[in-house]
Amino acid sequence: MSDANQPRRTIIGPASKPVLPPHVKLRHDATRDRWIILAPERVFTPDAIAVAVLQLCDGSRSVATIAAELAQAYDAPQEDILADTTVMLQDLADKGVVTA
Amino acid sequence: MSGTAAAANAEAGARVPAPIGLLAELTHRCPLQCPYCSNPLELERVGSELPTEAWLDVLAQAAELGVLQLHLSGGEPTVRRDLEEIVAQAAKVGLYSNLITAAVLLTRERLEKLAACGLDHVQISLQDADPANADRIAHYRGGHARKLEAASWARALGLPLTVNAPIHRQNIASLPAIIELAVSLGAHRLEVAHVQYYGWALANRAALMPTREQVLRSAELVERARERLKGFLVIDFVVPDYYASRPKPCMGGWGRGIITITPWGKVLPCHAAETIPGLDFDNVRGKRLGDIWRGSQAFNAFRGIAWMREPCRSCELREVDWGGCRCQAFAFAGAAAEADPACGKSSRHAAFTQVAMQEASAPAPAFRYRRPRAGAR
Repeated sequence: MSDANQPRRTIIGPASKPVLPPHVKLRHDATRDRWIILAPERVFTPDAIAVAVLQLCDGSRSVATIAAELAQAYDAPQEDILADTTVMLQDLADKGVVTA
Repeated sequence: MSGTAAAANAEAGARVPAPIGLLAELTHRCPLQCPYCSNPLELERVGSELPTEAWLDVLAQAAELGVLQLHLSGGEPTVRRDLEEIVAQAAKVGLYSNLITAAVLLTRERLEKLAACGLDHVQISLQDADPANADRIAHYRGGHARKLEAASWARALGLPLTVNAPIHRQNIASLPAIIELAVSLGAHRLEVAHVQYYGWALANRAALMPTREQVLRSAELVERARERLKGFLVIDFVVPDYYASRPKPCMGGWGRGIITITPWGKVLPCHAAETIPGLDFDNVRGKRLGDIWRGSQAFNAFRGIAWMREPCRSCELREVDWGGCRCQAFAFAGAAAEADPACGKSSRHAAFTQVAMQEASAPAPAFRYRRPRAGAR
């Protein structure tokens, strides 16, 4: 069996440009007044930080850029934001919520 | 039910959270004859199906009520010629739409139209990885090949794909091949779903029930595949509860998150609920969906915990598994408010597991295929 045909996991790094695939939808749920992520057979309820990150995941910004923007917006150390954001996005990538 | 319990449950209905999911059984017509079909043994007739406008109105009401996910099922939903209109309405009112299909009637053009109407996700069932056995189980020659073709169209059109594989003693040896097939089809998600024994599956239980060892082995295989395919293929695993010690939180709890609507428009707390006598089901033809969700006798009968008897009433898990499955309790204990026999605390648990072990070790009887009763159409 050749490795070329083996499925690969999306690995999130500073240069990754994460984006929500077309079938994953981030939207506000008016009935429950909260943000939700709709995916096949799944409803995720991201916290405020995850929502802030996901709203910047447009496929053109890198994780490093996203972390820098959030560091400025929230006046927080960029290295900490980058580390937290990478962990969060890796988790979401493993759930199929983001690709890069 | 005592007057006090009825009052407590009516009150539970009044403050119940909004439903998350709607299972729309658009029709009971289906070209396949799978012996584990979740439809009732008494299939509803084509002439009594809800018309297009009724479904469009129901979807608008569902979205208003707070439903997020719409599962278009059946029977085979693609036999409805108005499926495009229904999908377009789901997109318009903001419901995430999931087409649950046998896929043998799909054409590339139809799938393209459905995608253009805003379909979010396609779920295709496979009966096995082995074409001959798959066609035998579905009693439909050439069906497996058509399903694979439809799956490739879905991927080519950019639609996310779930492969649903109902698992039982007559295909469980193929599980590794089924996982590989899902990967090669480019599926995003695989449901390895051990058959749940209701409806036709209950009638065919002896022909379908795997041994405990087979179930454990399938769980190990899934766990290893999950690790290997992490980030690439999501695998959901549904176990049969005959070998369990704690019951499943059936439907996430009765009347807590899911609504099922039958082809005729009856609104059910679960798709098997009609097997329980004494429940009064409302119909979307006569009432608003929100009023039914909050006020229907059938929804309030087993909502919350006020209906519970021992051992459920004092159980520390009563708001975790919500007492398990009411249909199974009725089928085995003769009363839906009894404990689910899948629970180790049920006095019927040993007998329940014994049935599975005996059936699984005896030779499999012939399938009773899913067919409408003679003269029903």
